[in-house]
Amino acid sequence: MTLLRFQPQSADVSPALRPGDLLRDYLSLHFPFFPQEKAGMNAWSPALDVYDEKDAFTVTLEAPGLTKEDFAISWHDGVLSITGERREAPRPEGTTCFRRERARGRFARSVSLPAGVQSDKIAAAYRDGVLTVTLPKAEEAKPKQIEVSVN
Amino acid sequence: MTTTPTETAAVDTAPAPQRIRYVTPAVSIHEDADGYTIEAEMPGVGRDGVHVTVADGELVLTGAKEPRAAGTRLHGEADRADYRRVFDLDPAVDADRIAARLDQGVLVLRLPKAQDKKPRRITVGD
Repeated sequence: MTLLRFQPQSADVSPALRPGDLLRDYLSLHFPFFPQEKAGMNAWSPALDVYDEKDAFTVTLEAPGLTKEDFAISWHDGVLSITGERREAPRPEGTTCFRRERARGRFARSVSLPAGVQSDKIAAAYRDGVLTVTLPKAEEAKPKQIEVSVN
Repeated sequence: MTTTPTETAAVDTAPAPQRIRYVTPAVSIHEDADGYTIEAEMPGVGRDGVHVTVADGELVLTGAKEPRAAGTRLHGEADRADYRRVFDLDPAVDADRIAARLDQGVLVLRLPKAQDKKPRRITVGD
């Protein structure tokens, strides 16, 4: 299980300053105070959201441009783990790269869910670059109305 | 021009133009002899949400996100604002032949260079 530090992607930060970019490489080369990309910590970390719906938890992961075969999803001991990899297709000879902000390589995200889940009914779908994992809640985890009698 | 008092009042009470916040999509841009390829990451945007416009030498990409899930968000990293990014177009690009497709949240644009703008060899006559 791989745990990665929570690094929200702020919209105010230009993608040019996000990890794995040419500008970052250039700055860290010429200005020592500029952080260099470190393996592991700044690896591709797709944004993950967890929603609590009435009968299920929904986990969404923004990982555009993959195929469903690129994901490996596992559930173990209350923790959902999603790993995947983007392989870049080789470009034809004579192609010049101007910008490379898109993340590449492997990622691993894990999230623990707060209540019981029917592990045999976990389902996942990949659409518009967003992986959606639906985890139906166990019966005892669903909200229940409890009648309290007042004497 | 004369303005009546009622018109002036209407201007004063008009709400200030709302500032819309956008997410800048990450892009990769490659050039080859025939043109440019732009890949912009817009996860959560469907075919109907994408708009690509070319005007005044500017290429504007916008993408409207579809709502992900109902219910309470327990943990959130994804920004829910829409995507927008503007590029200055190389004058060599043939704007009429720009092609776009959407592949699992990645907007792929092909910007071919105009035939007469390509570098060509000129032979010196006698």
